[in-house]
Amino acid sequence: MPYDSEFLLRAYRTMKTIRIFEERCIKEFEAGNVPGFVHASNGQESIAVASCIDLSDTDIIGSTHRGHGHSIAKGCDVIGMMKEIMGKATGLCKGKGGSMHIADFDKGMIGANAIVGGGQPLCNGAALASKTLGTKDIAMSFGGDGSANQGTVLESLNFAVVLKLPHVFMFENNGYGEGTGANYALGCESLADRNRAFGMPSEHVDGTDFFATYELCKRAIAHARDGKGPFAIEAETVRFDGHFIGDPQLYRGKDEIKLAKQNRDCIKIFRERVLKEGWLKAEDMDAIDTEVIALIETAVKEGLAAPNPDPETDLMADVYCSY
Amino acid sequence: MTNKIKGPSSIKTYREAINDALRQEMRRDPRVIILGEEVSGGAGCEGQDDAYGGVFGVTKGLMPEFGRERVIDTPISESAIIGAAAGAANNGLRPVAELMFFDFIGVCFDQIFNQAAKFRYMFGGKSRTPMVIRGTVGAGWRAGAQHSSMLHPVVTHIPGLKVVMPSNAYDAKGLLIQAIRDDDPVLFLEHKIMYDLKCEVPDEAYAIPFGEAAFPREGTDVTIVAISNMVHRAIQAADELAKEGISCDVIDPRTVSPLDEESILESVEITGRLVIVDEAHERCSLAADISSIVAEKGFASLRAPIRKVTAPHAPVPFSPVLEDAYVPSVERIIRAVKDVLGA
Repeated sequence: MPYDSEFLLRAYRTMKTIRIFEERCIKEFEAGNVPGFVHASNGQESIAVASCIDLSDTDIIGSTHRGHGHSIAKGCDVIGMMKEIMGKATGLCKGKGGSMHIADFDKGMIGANAIVGGGQPLCNGAALASKTLGTKDIAMSFGGDGSANQGTVLESLNFAVVLKLPHVFMFENNGYGEGTGANYALGCESLADRNRAFGMPSEHVDGTDFFATYELCKRAIAHARDGKGPFAIEAETVRFDGHFIGDPQLYRGKDEIKLAKQNRDCIKIFRERVLKEGWLKAEDMDAIDTEVIALIETAVKEGLAAPNPDPETDLMADVYCSY
Repeated sequence: MTNKIKGPSSIKTYREAINDALRQEMRRDPRVIILGEEVSGGAGCEGQDDAYGGVFGVTKGLMPEFGRERVIDTPISESAIIGAAAGAANNGLRPVAELMFFDFIGVCFDQIFNQAAKFRYMFGGKSRTPMVIRGTVGAGWRAGAQHSSMLHPVVTHIPGLKVVMPSNAYDAKGLLIQAIRDDDPVLFLEHKIMYDLKCEVPDEAYAIPFGEAAFPREGTDVTIVAISNMVHRAIQAADELAKEGISCDVIDPRTVSPLDEESILESVEITGRLVIVDEAHERCSLAADISSIVAEKGFASLRAPIRKVTAPHAPVPFSPVLEDAYVPSVERIIRAVKDVLGA
């Protein structure tokens, strides 16, 4: 067996946690318990988990507006996340950030980001700090196919090569930049080819296949950690929900989501594979499902019960370290 | 009040009025194009075209009428969008570029302030850059720190740019038409909380000149200058105060660059008291700017210190309770008015 069962169960649990978390966010948003703009990542769980499962708390990730999955995969507390998404004082960012600005520096998660292409330059910085300080930590930036066309990202790809930074650029190609097709907005045939032209190893993978994505991430992370410079990955995936929760998704094809859920559900594919190979038992995974559902239920309950920030003391707190 | 356009009209939302202005100008002038992210939506997708019409639905229906050649969905590349608009404006088009959230000027600011704003002066008056940048501003959507800013002071500071901040559907239509016909780069800032606000809007195309304030309430005790969505809170405050016998002169500058200084100074000459309401942070804000103008040019008229009601010196918080405390409230405006009256 190429993977030990502890690893497989951890991967399954994390993917499932993301899935249930996102599905519950959608429900709570619809119930009016989650304010603002929320972008769910259900369907893309395998990439987040394959990318982060081998990273330590001192390795750095930079995420996107669609960042819940990356945060959970990097070890952020889901209860603290739910509180944050509900704008509560005890949330991961004290209710100041919300869904698009979750960060947990203790876990090496330096922030979701509401500016497309905002995270990649920052991850270069994290990688530069690691290289300069000699910590051997790596940085991994997440971005969508949409972010690949942002000037900041194109500059960062070159910059990382020039400075030989330990940075893995993960591009999750879910086929849509908001409501525009990736095949329209990416002028090139292949994003992986385009990234390779910057002078770094760059590979494409089916992101719905956890194992293929994990193996590629493992090589990319080793490459960065060994001081060989950046590595780029294009992982093809499916976004089960809209660009934002509540998006009518008129741009999507008839039955597209239904078919994707049938045929390209990364968790379903993972389950089928581990059962077929005899690596895990169904009842062990079912037990995890029950635990995860209970955990998310607790997160929602605690989130709803958590106190709001106090404008008197919290509104002006933390604008500066000192002023 | 400036003269309103006569003729057939209908009740329209702020959103519809802006759409109306774009449609009428695009029909009138084939050089007018729209470009931005999701201005139509659905490009390269299997589903419906014009799926969004902008994330707030403002440009909905324009692509079906004018085609993808003139309503251009772009990649998520703000520097390229604004630069292309400026370059196209120099070369015969009249582009209306959209920044989905005006916070995104952070990504493309060079093309705005080093490029578009400076061409005319730097090239000795030889160039024209007839472009409009539409962008959504303001808090209230629980959209967090990077989607809720009021950055009008940043662009108002820059010579060469004109900055328009309509507070209602009537002004939005007339000012956008003026912006499109204007030969200079214009930033047209739409407060996202106002898209569903309705008022009577003339059917015909009309242009409202820049630099002419509107006067939604007239009064003699205190002048209140308010910008964008704050105009509505100022009106509410004025109506509340009227019940107590306090008469407020509410001024909506409508465009902050150019700014109708004269109307503000004339009003303060009568009232001797000034409250300025601005959703931007106080330092270097429009409120600070207007305050300095009046302190310098209208000092003799002032009978009390000027009061500014602004957002605090902090980014916009996400949590609804904090965001509500962040945005200047009607109560704060009332308190400021009473303060300057010594009441």
